[in-house]
Amino acid sequence: MTGDQGMSDAVLAPPDDQVWHLRLYVAGRTPKSVAAFVNLKRICEEHLQGRYRVEVIDLLEQPQLAKGDQILALPTLVRQLPPPLKKIIGDLSNEERVLVGLDLRCADSTARP
Amino acid sequence: MANEPASVGLSKCPAGIQGLDEITGGGLPRGRPTLVCGSAGCGKTLFGIEFLVRGATQYDEPGVFMAFEETAEELAQNVASLGFDLDELVRQKKLSIDYVRVERSEIEETGEYDLEGLFVRLSYAIDSIGAKRVVLDTIESLFAGLSNDGILRAELRRLFRWLKEKGVTAVISAERGDGTLTRQGLEEYVSDCVILLDHRVTEQISTRRLRIVKYRGALHGTNEYPFLIDDAGISVLPVTSLGLQHEVSSERVSSGIPRLDSMLTGRGYYRGSSVLISGTAGSGKTSVAAHFVQAACRRGERTMYFAFEESQGQLVRNMRSIGIDLEPWIKSDLLRFHAARPTLCGLEMHLATIHKWVGDFQPRAVIIDPLSNFTSSGTTTEVKAMLMRLIDLLKSNQITAIFTNLTSGGRPTEQTDAGVSSLMDTWLLLRDVELGGERNRSMYILKSRGMAHSNQLREFLLTDHGAELLDVYLGAEGVLTGSARLAQESREKAAALLRQQELQARQRELERRREALEAQIAALRAEFQAQEAELCRTITQYQARETQIAEDRLAMGHSRQSESDGDKRLASGKTQQEENL
Repeated sequence: MTGDQGMSDAVLAPPDDQVWHLRLYVAGRTPKSVAAFVNLKRICEEHLQGRYRVEVIDLLEQPQLAKGDQILALPTLVRQLPPPLKKIIGDLSNEERVLVGLDLRCADSTARP
Repeated sequence: MANEPASVGLSKCPAGIQGLDEITGGGLPRGRPTLVCGSAGCGKTLFGIEFLVRGATQYDEPGVFMAFEETAEELAQNVASLGFDLDELVRQKKLSIDYVRVERSEIEETGEYDLEGLFVRLSYAIDSIGAKRVVLDTIESLFAGLSNDGILRAELRRLFRWLKEKGVTAVISAERGDGTLTRQGLEEYVSDCVILLDHRVTEQISTRRLRIVKYRGALHGTNEYPFLIDDAGISVLPVTSLGLQHEVSSERVSSGIPRLDSMLTGRGYYRGSSVLISGTAGSGKTSVAAHFVQAACRRGERTMYFAFEESQGQLVRNMRSIGIDLEPWIKSDLLRFHAARPTLCGLEMHLATIHKWVGDFQPRAVIIDPLSNFTSSGTTTEVKAMLMRLIDLLKSNQITAIFTNLTSGGRPTEQTDAGVSSLMDTWLLLRDVELGGERNRSMYILKSRGMAHSNQLREFLLTDHGAELLDVYLGAEGVLTGSARLAQESREKAAALLRQQELQARQRELERRREALEAQIAALRAEFQAQEAELCRTITQYQARETQIAEDRLAMGHSRQSESDGDKRLASGKTQQEENL
């Protein structure tokens, strides 16, 4: 997944707000992982425009990283920042649940002043 | 499966767990997953850990432990007491521990996923140390962490197939379900070998048991085998280990009581045989055993004494009273004591203790005093099973074993509480004989396999110089012992004296008669002689008179001188008369 690196490093962080660090674990370019990446990209653009950073980790290339984030199911999206750590597994096709999982529902309605 | 040479029978992977390889006929199926199920606290995790540690240390097979319940640190701490140094093994790259944490609250599921992450981690761990063994403990935790059962089941099925393809011998532990072997029905997927661990408490004493529910393509013991967890890990104790294939010795060892040896065809017990000494309370069982201890120690043989009723000090003191001093043997380490209450722990633990001591000390003789006390810590079947294994252990090590058994009053004496008499080779029965207001001890040999033993009842005396066996007196009322025997002895002495006197009197009588007869004969002879003399005198007188008559007649003829012819005739007639005389 050589092309992903460029996309995931797209950082747009407004100075007044928290930058979201997201990490997407996949294992090779499977339909599920591609779907997950596409879905993630869309949701981020929609809700966190300019305030997020996505890192895609291919466990087939870096299997030792799976232990650190307790990766079990794939694909897994890990929200590293802001705390607490959150994990969302699956191809992220259910947008509602992704938003709940990332606490973006709260962020949208109450957390932002 | 492709790289498994299944054609020449099932290849087995020695688990290294004591006793397990024996009942599985060599170990777990190599290159296949084995399911170990059981309820909480029955030793599943330890089973897995030991499987890996033994593999790493004894069979040079590195292993991966994938823990779903405990962290690596917790695991290392938990098994440190068993002498397993997991950290060291990890450092040596013989073990890899991967803690998989599944927290449902942290995980949101959106759409399709698979467990490729788990595969990646496992694969990475296996490849990094070249693992041959894998333990997944307890994979069912995934069901609690992830909600999509369908995906989970499919993935687990894939996982087990993948493990087979990898060619690793895997142990998968699972929680016991309600009415099923595992809560999630894993036995459907892992079906080559299923081992069930159980932990039961009967009469407040707990016993762990292991059963091989299934072992595809291999013969295996089907019983429930008790197992222990002690400071050496798990040991499974096969009830009937390898059948009856002990080496037998025809060497004989003295019982320490000369008279008893002579009852046992003069040479004592067989080496490596099991001797049961049963009797009622105070009939001298321990004393007989102590004699054997002394005899064994004198021969320079190490002896192990398991006392379940008396302490070492008490035994030594008591035996001194019958002239047996065990102290020097203890000092020179020929004799060791292990004194404990039977209720201290379960039977299995006792067996393990004995196992351990026997293994450490390597004795030639073992005393179990008394075995009847074990019935207080188990049911008869359990005790019997345990003793059978104990006897197997001792016999296979050629250890002569003395068991004492207390027969409770009122019960038939020819029966042990544990029903183990059939396991014994020699059975001595000590009995109290109540007679004439006292109790005395008697002993006989109920059986002794392989020798023509005495069938006699012997009185058994405990003196200050040891035990003695005496002939018993049989009176009109039966066997006489103790004072009755002494009374009988003195009675018999008196009778003998009486008979002696009678005999002498008879002899004197005979003598007197003979003398009387001889006197009579002498008198008769004297009378005869007197008569003979008389008669001779008479005859002589007659002859003299005849001669006189003849002479007179001759003289008369001479005086007449008339008839010469007549003279001649007379003369010839006289001659004839003289001849007739």
